[in-house]
Amino acid sequence: MIQFQFERASTVKASVNAMVNNGNARFIAGGTNLVDLMKRNVMTPTKLVDINAVPLKDIQQKNGVISIGALALNSQVADNKIIQEKYPLLSKALNAGASAQIRNMATVGGNIMQRTRCSYFYDTTLPCNKRQPGSGCGALDGLNRMHAIFGTSKDCIAVHPSDMCVALVALDATVVVAGPKGERRIPFEEFHRLPGSQPAKDNTLQNNEMIISVEIPDNEFNKNAHYFKVRDRASYAFALISVAAALNMDGKVIKEARLAMGGVAHKPWRLKEAEKSLVGKQATEEVFKQAAEIAMQGAKAYKYNAFKLKLGPNVIVEALKNAAGLV
Amino acid sequence: MDDTFFDKKDYKPLDRVDGRMKVTGAARYSAEYTLPNLAYGVLVGSTIAKGTIRSIDSKAAERAPGVIAVISHQNVIEVPGYQPDATQSTEPKVGGGPLRVFYDNKVYSNDQPIAIVVASSLEKAQYGASLVKVQYNKEEHITDFEANAGKAVVAAAAKKNPKSPTADYDRGQKDAFQTAPFKVEAEYVLPTEMHNPMELQAITAHWEADDKLTIYDKVQGTKTTQKTFAKEWAIPDQNVKVIATFVGGAFGNGLHSWPHESAAIIAAKQVKRPVKLVLTREQMFTMVGYRPRTWQKIQMGATKDGKLVAINHNSIGQTSVYEEFTESTLAQTRMMYASPSVSTRYRLLPLNVATPIWMRGPGEATGAFALESAMDEMAHAIGMDPIEFRILNYTESDPDKNMPWSTKFLRECYEEGKKRIGWENRKLKPGLLRDGEWLVGYGMGTGTFGANRGPATIHAELNKDGNLVMHCAITDIGPGTATAMVQIASNTTGIATEKIVFHLGSSEFPNAGLQGGSSTVNSVGPAVQAACNALKQQLITMAAGKNASAFGSAKPEDIMLDQGNMQITGNMSAKLALGDLLKQNNVEKIETTQESKASENGKQYSMNAFSMHFAMVHVHPLTGQVRVKKIVCCADAGTIVSPKTAESQMIGGATGGIGMALMEDAVMDHRFGRYVTKDFGDYHVPVHADVPDIDVYFVNKPDLLADPVGSKGLGEIAIIGVAPAIANAVFNATGKRVRELPITPDKLI
Ligand SMILES: Cc1cc2nc3c(=O)[nH]c(=O)nc-3n(C[C@H](O)[C@H](O)[C@H](O)COP(=O)(O)OP(=O)(O)OC[C@H]3O[C@@H](n4cnc5c(N)ncnc54)[C@H](O)[C@@H]3O)c2cc1C
Repeated sequence: MIQFQFERASTVKASVNAMVNNGNARFIAGGTNLVDLMKRNVMTPTKLVDINAVPLKDIQQKNGVISIGALALNSQVADNKIIQEKYPLLSKALNAGASAQIRNMATVGGNIMQRTRCSYFYDTTLPCNKRQPGSGCGALDGLNRMHAIFGTSKDCIAVHPSDMCVALVALDATVVVAGPKGERRIPFEEFHRLPGSQPAKDNTLQNNEMIISVEIPDNEFNKNAHYFKVRDRASYAFALISVAAALNMDGKVIKEARLAMGGVAHKPWRLKEAEKSLVGKQATEEVFKQAAEIAMQGAKAYKYNAFKLKLGPNVIVEALKNAAGLV
Repeated sequence: MDDTFFDKKDYKPLDRVDGRMKVTGAARYSAEYTLPNLAYGVLVGSTIAKGTIRSIDSKAAERAPGVIAVISHQNVIEVPGYQPDATQSTEPKVGGGPLRVFYDNKVYSNDQPIAIVVASSLEKAQYGASLVKVQYNKEEHITDFEANAGKAVVAAAAKKNPKSPTADYDRGQKDAFQTAPFKVEAEYVLPTEMHNPMELQAITAHWEADDKLTIYDKVQGTKTTQKTFAKEWAIPDQNVKVIATFVGGAFGNGLHSWPHESAAIIAAKQVKRPVKLVLTREQMFTMVGYRPRTWQKIQMGATKDGKLVAINHNSIGQTSVYEEFTESTLAQTRMMYASPSVSTRYRLLPLNVATPIWMRGPGEATGAFALESAMDEMAHAIGMDPIEFRILNYTESDPDKNMPWSTKFLRECYEEGKKRIGWENRKLKPGLLRDGEWLVGYGMGTGTFGANRGPATIHAELNKDGNLVMHCAITDIGPGTATAMVQIASNTTGIATEKIVFHLGSSEFPNAGLQGGSSTVNSVGPAVQAACNALKQQLITMAAGKNASAFGSAKPEDIMLDQGNMQITGNMSAKLALGDLLKQNNVEKIETTQESKASENGKQYSMNAFSMHFAMVHVHPLTGQVRVKKIVCCADAGTIVSPKTAESQMIGGATGGIGMALMEDAVMDHRFGRYVTKDFGDYHVPVHADVPDIDVYFVNKPDLLADPVGSKGLGEIAIIGVAPAIANAVFNATGKRVRELPITPDKLI
């Protein structure tokens, strides 16, 4: 870890101001990701702006949306009554992530901003274009069992590791951010980006912008929602593949569907074509299998993650079956 | 057997005598000693796997705030005990010796410690270490086991000792496998596994005088460590004091002395201040040993009615290029089953990796994965129940050594385990049982480990408050050694456990070997008994003497000890508290030092502990997830002196076995010779959600040929056989045989 300045801010404005003129400053919230990365010199900010005192912990229902403060804790959101009743998908996704201790520290903003767990990113002696642009992608011809199958580039095949974000992208959330020029709203699907030739950029947030909240519009998905996560142990492991599935059903008929995958791309991976294929159909395993097939179109495997091509559709089917109450 | 040496009173479950200290933080571990003027060391590891260091630029580090010194081969003081190159193996061949840290500019493995930064605080040392710039002349390394398996050689250990499990072994007919009616031929791979105890390896080194060293060190043997560093610094043994009062788990990685220990000692000497060095979790993967990746091949032949005719078992293990490490992977294959023909071949592959070291159930746990999987494969091939198949090939004496067993109660384990796991629910054909969406399977695996007893000495004193205080150099890496010894002492003397204290973990105390190889209770326990019996004798003499008012006329043979009192046999009213006896005699305390070691008489027997593990698993057919739903562990470990901590040992072993079967895997990128899984985020061990109800059964019959306590050791058999039990259960559930551990979801879909 290198030496750094530490500043506490207690308003959004002060937080944003503290970032001005320092491209190497970072916000710190729960610290569960940033501190680990700093200890290994993967991230070397010269200034930390502690935003924990900014009053952004509330979860509020407003007209047609629920607004979750950027500093709301992962555990707080998962346990929130309104979230559990109206957005169970989010609650389930959050509880599938990390451990109780980490969820008690981790914030919504930090979770969205958490960085990839790619081993090459984490070891400063190995090549990684995300950490050190131009050094090459260690994973491309390396140990890529955990890596992406969608939207990869020759420069990066890392995945975004969040569970929460998979639910948020499925639920059409919006990220509300504040910057020197005021607020702007970013649809969740456009928040994270694909690596392309600039894998160092995880998302579209500017360095001097701060996430202040996430909004989810009201929906009819609360009765038939499931988050299915396959990992290497029963708990406390990142997803090999996860699927968020939410259905709005009229009896056995699917009126609306939401599907997103985790552990497969540089961003939480929304499956819109597959969703469309479900609309108006009966909720049957056969229909789910067809949707899974559509979902997997364009997937591309590397040396050690070919199993994801087979696991992916299975998890989609399982998630949908669970959402539809077929198991 | 002299009956006075074995008290048949049952041992009762007792809470850990140091449990309160551990949970309240009062127990002090190696990293928790603070000394005046203490400095902190951080190691810099190499970033290449083979080559030489061209230069180390430490200027920036030296200028950094608080940095006291940067020590490397460029400026290190002389370490008198380092052997010159001529006697050290430096090319891919076996033999050799431990890495001589900072000895020269050679790099043999990635993350080899090449410098230590010493500073006034940990953070300053860490920052300093990040500033050290190293230039290398890189050479081509070999770390890829599969690609280089053909280069494996016969171990030097095999040449030295033809009876070693590493030596080539043949009994019976050479071609027995070829002509067998039923054949199983299969290869099994166990990946590299890391000990990863909760406590990081830590040492605080303090030169109290120019030739007097004290180290607070996380080790499994205080006396062996003392010898190692006395030799390294060419000073007498007694000038080195090793303190390891508490050890937060080790699983074997404290059985060897490692470069970081030498580095801290060198640094302390060089900066003339005590130096504390705590490894990082990542360094735990590269600097303190591991269970070596091992390839095995088994050819097994049997008749159609289930009689084994041949087992050929080959294995290749890996070691470093500078130091040979071997283990007894093939030992059990020679003695476990009544196969008339058995051949074993052990080979070793030196690679540009650090030296491995014994990890819980060393060798045997690796070997058992292959042997017990093959047994299951054969039972399946014949269409026979795997327990029935094992019982048909049960050995009533050791077919390798040609000796009777001292004791063997494995049949009892089969019988009890079967009942407890619900074996009757198992289907012979795989893939038939379901619970909702999940496939259900049952499996079992056997374990065995030698009951190895070494010499140990106890100093015991009884004071006039009636307290019994003992001292021994043995360490306790977690099994609850002090608790077990207090129970043995209480059982021998009748003194209440609350009045007994067992001090351990210092080289200043009387001799004991390493805590390893399941040998503590059966080595130190008998010394405790001997010391207690000697004290008893002194007390009886005293009680029969003139100053003991209560027993003035009693004969020594009529006097006995019971519940902290002297008594006369047959006269329960005549009682004298032990402390009062001392007071009446005007003695502060009585004391004794007793050594105990294996008797000649035991040498005619093959002495082994045995275990039997049963697993019931659920496997999700679409996602390949495995959930272990129940484990039953049955152990024939002789007398169980501390039922509570013994049960915990078994639970811990089974948990380790779940990790071995389903998740543990240290993965290396061979392009760089570096591990890519090097923290608990990537290297998975079981979490609570992975660990089901673990039901433990002990046969609990004393083996008085093994030692007077009757114990055969437990730590190793707790894990040996668990991984194959789970792998066999997965096969029973799915019909899929996974021969390369761990069994992750991708291997089952
Ligand atoms: C062992 C382990 C296991 C884990 N397992 C999982 C898992 O299974 N699934 C999963 O989803 N996650 C998992 N996590 C990740 C965890 O969810 C994240 O670490 C956590 O959500 C980060 O939140 P934080 O508040 O601690 O962020 P911090 O560490 O404080 O910050 C992370 C990043 O976000 C930025 N940041 C924080 N708040 C804001 C804001 N308001 N605006 C702009 N930028 C901001 C920081 O500058 C920093 O770059 C795991 C973490 C660990 C350590």
